[in-house]
Amino acid sequence: MASEKLYLYPIWIRIWHWINAVLFITLLISGISMQYSNPENPLLISFELSVELHNLCGILISINYLLFIFGNLFTSNGKQYKMKSKGLFTRIYNQSIYYLFGMFKKQNAPYPITAENKFNPMQRFIYAIAMYVGFPIIIISGMAMLFPEIIIPQVFGFSGLLLTAMVHVIIGFVLSLFLFIHVYVCTIGSSISNNFKSMITGWH
Amino acid sequence: MQTLNLLRMKQNIFKYLFLITGFLCTVSFGFGQDAINENQPENQKCLSCHGNHTFKYMNEDFGIEIKEAMCENRLIDTIAYAQSNHGMFKCTDCHSPEYETFPHAGNLRMELMYACNDCHGGDPEYAKFHFDEIEEAFYESMHYNRAPDAFNCWSCHNPHSYKTQASKGGKISETVTYDNNICLKCHADVSQFELLTERESINILKSHSWLPNQELHFKNVRCIECHTQLSDSLLVSHVVMPKEDAIRKCTKCHSENSHLMASLYKYKSLESRKSGGFINAVILNESYVIGANRNQYLNILSVIIFGLVLTGIFIHTLFRIFKRK
Repeated sequence: MASEKLYLYPIWIRIWHWINAVLFITLLISGISMQYSNPENPLLISFELSVELHNLCGILISINYLLFIFGNLFTSNGKQYKMKSKGLFTRIYNQSIYYLFGMFKKQNAPYPITAENKFNPMQRFIYAIAMYVGFPIIIISGMAMLFPEIIIPQVFGFSGLLLTAMVHVIIGFVLSLFLFIHVYVCTIGSSISNNFKSMITGWH
Repeated sequence: MQTLNLLRMKQNIFKYLFLITGFLCTVSFGFGQDAINENQPENQKCLSCHGNHTFKYMNEDFGIEIKEAMCENRLIDTIAYAQSNHGMFKCTDCHSPEYETFPHAGNLRMELMYACNDCHGGDPEYAKFHFDEIEEAFYESMHYNRAPDAFNCWSCHNPHSYKTQASKGGKISETVTYDNNICLKCHADVSQFELLTERESINILKSHSWLPNQELHFKNVRCIECHTQLSDSLLVSHVVMPKEDAIRKCTKCHSENSHLMASLYKYKSLESRKSGGFINAVILNESYVIGANRNQYLNILSVIIFGLVLTGIFIHTLFRIFKRK
């Protein structure tokens, strides 16, 4: 555990992160409300409101994603998502073993947090996949659903709209799993709330 | 010798080709003959004038031939008529035989047109089309009640081109276009609209501006999906409701219990039971309706995966609590 405090999250990352979080959760709730639309289910928000919210938040999260892309292009934060393929599996395996067994035996984290490595190898891999694979797919398929006239009507005998919707929903589901795991893993710190505070103050 | 055999073989091939071609021509000519309306010669007399934009007649008194424009309302689309459900009829089956004389007598204009049930009512052969129920529904409709003298079957269904669409199992997009054009004939054309109402302005784009993805909705669903009362027995409901009663709730269609399955997709859903795991799967053959189409297998899989993740988190939390010391 580093005894000195590290300034890991500059202000633009924190702003991007919390905007992304609020928009993603709104998209998740409104998306579920549309996908499982049922006027008699009190847990879901109305279809009409869901459509409005999903459209608005979808556009806003896409703009916010551009902030993330440009921020990573023009600051050193982009390096945090780069990884060498050599030994990647071993590093992820070591980190998994630590989460599953090591941390309960009070072992030290195999890849401690530094300013250059603010993510452990597992985080680095999952965040990179979520942000550089999952997000582009869900944004592009979402934009296509927003302007459905641009979708090819038939693809190999299937409705193009259906395929686009399926891709959007499946990636949305995978990213929502990421959200749950992400929030849980964030409780693993020197205290349960420590990592959440870091994303507010910037200091770890 | 070999050359002679080859020559004979070639001749035989030509002979068989000639016979096959001749047979195919005869057969196809035969089929073509069947498709031609057997009343065509008699109708031809009427259609020589009413099937063209202009017609000619001889002014016997002055011995001159006169060419005139055919009134739009009296013009028949001959191809559409031949392909229509009524295409096999003689003109005088429905119109007075007195029309066979020209110039037509003036009082023939007062001839009352037949309604559907004048021919189809009580006929067991047409029972499956539920003409009697259609008539009852029509009398309940806003159209009839606003203009009882002017509105009749033919206001929507042109007897000279009418074709059953929804019950043929054709492409949904074609049914949508065909049926919506019936409404748009008046609702997008003031000259037709003002024949039946005193209202002078119509702007369906403005009155439907609240509808998200308006163009997509107009292309993929019929006006009657929202503007008619659902009927259990009729494939196409004929109770057109006042605009205040039209459906405006998205979830009427965008839900598991989608209204579309009882209207636009009613015939197809009765015909096809294959689901492939999708709820309201029949819609998926031609479209996708958010909320109405879900894959049950993916639903189950997602619940299992989500459950496993939550269980994993729960077990990990327990270990953290018990190994805290």
